[in-house]
Amino acid sequence: MFKKSCLSAGIAALCIYPLAANALSDADLKEIRSEIQILKQGYEARIAQLEQRLKAAEEKQAEIKPAEVKPAVQPQVIASAGREGAFNPAISLILGGSYSKLSQDPAIPPTGFAMSANPGHSQGFNLGESELGISASIDPDYRGVATLALAPAGGMTVENAFVQTTALADGLNLKFGRYFSGLGYLNEIHAHAWDFADQPLVYATLWNNQLGEDGVQLKWLAPSDTFIELGGELGRGRGFPGSDRTKNGAGSGVLFAHIGDDIGIEHSWRAGASIHQTRRVNSISADAINTLINNSFSGDSRTAGLDLVWKYSPNGNTAYRYLKVQGEYFQRKESGMLTYDTALTNVTDTYANTQSGWYLQSVYQFMPNWRTGLRYDRLNPGTASIGALNTGNIAANYGFSPSRATWMLDYSPSEFSRLRLQLARDSTRLGLPDNQLFLQYIMSLGAHGAHQY
Amino acid sequence: MNKFILLALLLAGSPAHAALSVFACEPEWASLTQLLAGDKVSLYTATGALQDPHRVEARPSLIARARRANLVVCTGAELETAWLPVILRESANATIQPGGAGNFEAAKYVQMLEIPTHLDRGDGDVHAMGNPHIQTDPRNFLPVAEALSKRLMQIDPANSLYYQQRLSVFNQQWRAAINRWEKQATPLKGTAIIAQHRGFPYLNNWLGLRQVAELESRPGMEPSAAHLALVLNQLQLHPAKMVLRAAYQDGRPSDWIAGRAHINAVALPYTVSGNAQVIDLFSLFDDTIARLLAGLK
Repeated sequence: MFKKSCLSAGIAALCIYPLAANALSDADLKEIRSEIQILKQGYEARIAQLEQRLKAAEEKQAEIKPAEVKPAVQPQVIASAGREGAFNPAISLILGGSYSKLSQDPAIPPTGFAMSANPGHSQGFNLGESELGISASIDPDYRGVATLALAPAGGMTVENAFVQTTALADGLNLKFGRYFSGLGYLNEIHAHAWDFADQPLVYATLWNNQLGEDGVQLKWLAPSDTFIELGGELGRGRGFPGSDRTKNGAGSGVLFAHIGDDIGIEHSWRAGASIHQTRRVNSISADAINTLINNSFSGDSRTAGLDLVWKYSPNGNTAYRYLKVQGEYFQRKESGMLTYDTALTNVTDTYANTQSGWYLQSVYQFMPNWRTGLRYDRLNPGTASIGALNTGNIAANYGFSPSRATWMLDYSPSEFSRLRLQLARDSTRLGLPDNQLFLQYIMSLGAHGAHQY
Repeated sequence: MNKFILLALLLAGSPAHAALSVFACEPEWASLTQLLAGDKVSLYTATGALQDPHRVEARPSLIARARRANLVVCTGAELETAWLPVILRESANATIQPGGAGNFEAAKYVQMLEIPTHLDRGDGDVHAMGNPHIQTDPRNFLPVAEALSKRLMQIDPANSLYYQQRLSVFNQQWRAAINRWEKQATPLKGTAIIAQHRGFPYLNNWLGLRQVAELESRPGMEPSAAHLALVLNQLQLHPAKMVLRAAYQDGRPSDWIAGRAHINAVALPYTVSGNAQVIDLFSLFDDTIARLLAGLK
């Protein structure tokens, strides 16, 4: 206000000064005074107007302010999200165990599969394999993964120990070390993520639950909107149906192809085909009829398989309900030399057989945390061509196809814990039907990696 | 021959005219990318508004789409931790790996809320880097847009000027829209609400909503009957106006509480295409505010 008065006085003085030199009439003075008054009023009005505009502008700015606060915030320097390197290395521990009630000796193999793997089950209370997993980026080009299985009886086995490239161009993905082979659908899935307490029969007998390889795997993902993946592996051949041996070069080879896509937002699927080839040398197994006798087989093994997975969830939201249907088929041809009764009789002649198996299973999450599943398994032991010297020693055909029906119910209070009840009617052994009950827990501590499809 | 051409086209994939192929993890980032990059990008959105973004599967289709992406735009802050790492790894695409120019995480550019002081799975699904549901406060889109625009210029410098222009248009329109939403939302200030999942801290912070309870006893655990009864009891002491849930969440727990406590159950779109009215980021907040105001009645 003080400034405004000074200003008006100054203007008035300037106006008056040149005129004051002359003697002015009262009328003139009056006129000048009124002019000054008008000027003064004009300025005051304008100043008041400016003040008002300033005030309005300040108010407006205050209004906008909340919206302006955020952009000023500096990007936070935090460890990057969504990658396992955030906690370096990512360490996870799986605790698993079960109670099993079986009415038959689990050591008896399925009829016609005495020469196959028979991982079987354990009776009573069991500490399952605890699994220790460590993974991290090694550098910008490589990622390393180790999965160590802690056996209940003590000791530790290396389940996985591989290095994977992360920066190869053109859809190429190279893996080397010890890994689960990419054949089939279930083979790469770790035990803690299985939908049942055990593997399907075809995986148990033909792959000893899972085919692990020491070797190199190269995968190529096609640059298309449809998922098309081709892969090949060269390995030592240590896992069943191969056998560990000393030899240069590769002991086994795998080729596989996967194709998959979505249908709308609710359905997704993946189909695959794979072939596997290896050689078994001096593989000892107990005779099917007289288990005190050991037989030995050396020969080539070729396996071909098909797999299909289809998943459905309403609105594509798997949190509440989803349905998963999967099936796989494998067929194996083996041909080579079989030695009957290695200890005494020791008769060697040719042996060839084609065996196959399939399963179809479905898992339904009917409400959050609760799932139920059904599985049907079947094996075809084939009819063996046995060399003349052994025809009296070994049965070529039992006229029996092993099968099994399984039902499970599981409850997962969180994504880190799961409790399961499983009932199975096992008709894999001729004349020895087995009603099986399993109670299982699977718990996961520490880093919990993302799961595969 | 025709079949061969068809196969060749299939392998060649998406239209060649788009310079950049962008893989957006959630619809809000697809929408933002669309606003900032227009027809300079071809967009693929990995999840829908009716899917729980925590629990998406690493489907083959997602791996195939990530294979040729030049840029992956995601929330980050562990929201996609159950599926994105597998997608990135299996895609065999070096440019979109974490830390690379082709990997953009929006949460890095936002002031995070609810950063836990200690981590224990006993507390439920708590994210170490803070609550990842940043898209419920429109103010968060300003710094994210700025950073995303910079990233677009970095990987596609030829169109820098275009991105610059789109960004300033977006900033102008978005600020005006925020002003409008804030004016509309004044009656909401101080309103007591219940949340089904701990998914609204940014919205609460923006509009001054007061969250008095959660239907999940711990984040990520499905609401149990026992906990719902507890919340119902609490409501007598601390009444709330409405119970909020995201479009992808099951409506039953919210409806149960709303029915018994005689309050409104409000399903917010949560992201773009969360309901039929929400077609872009602008209508996302138009609709959110409208639904909240309707919830007051």
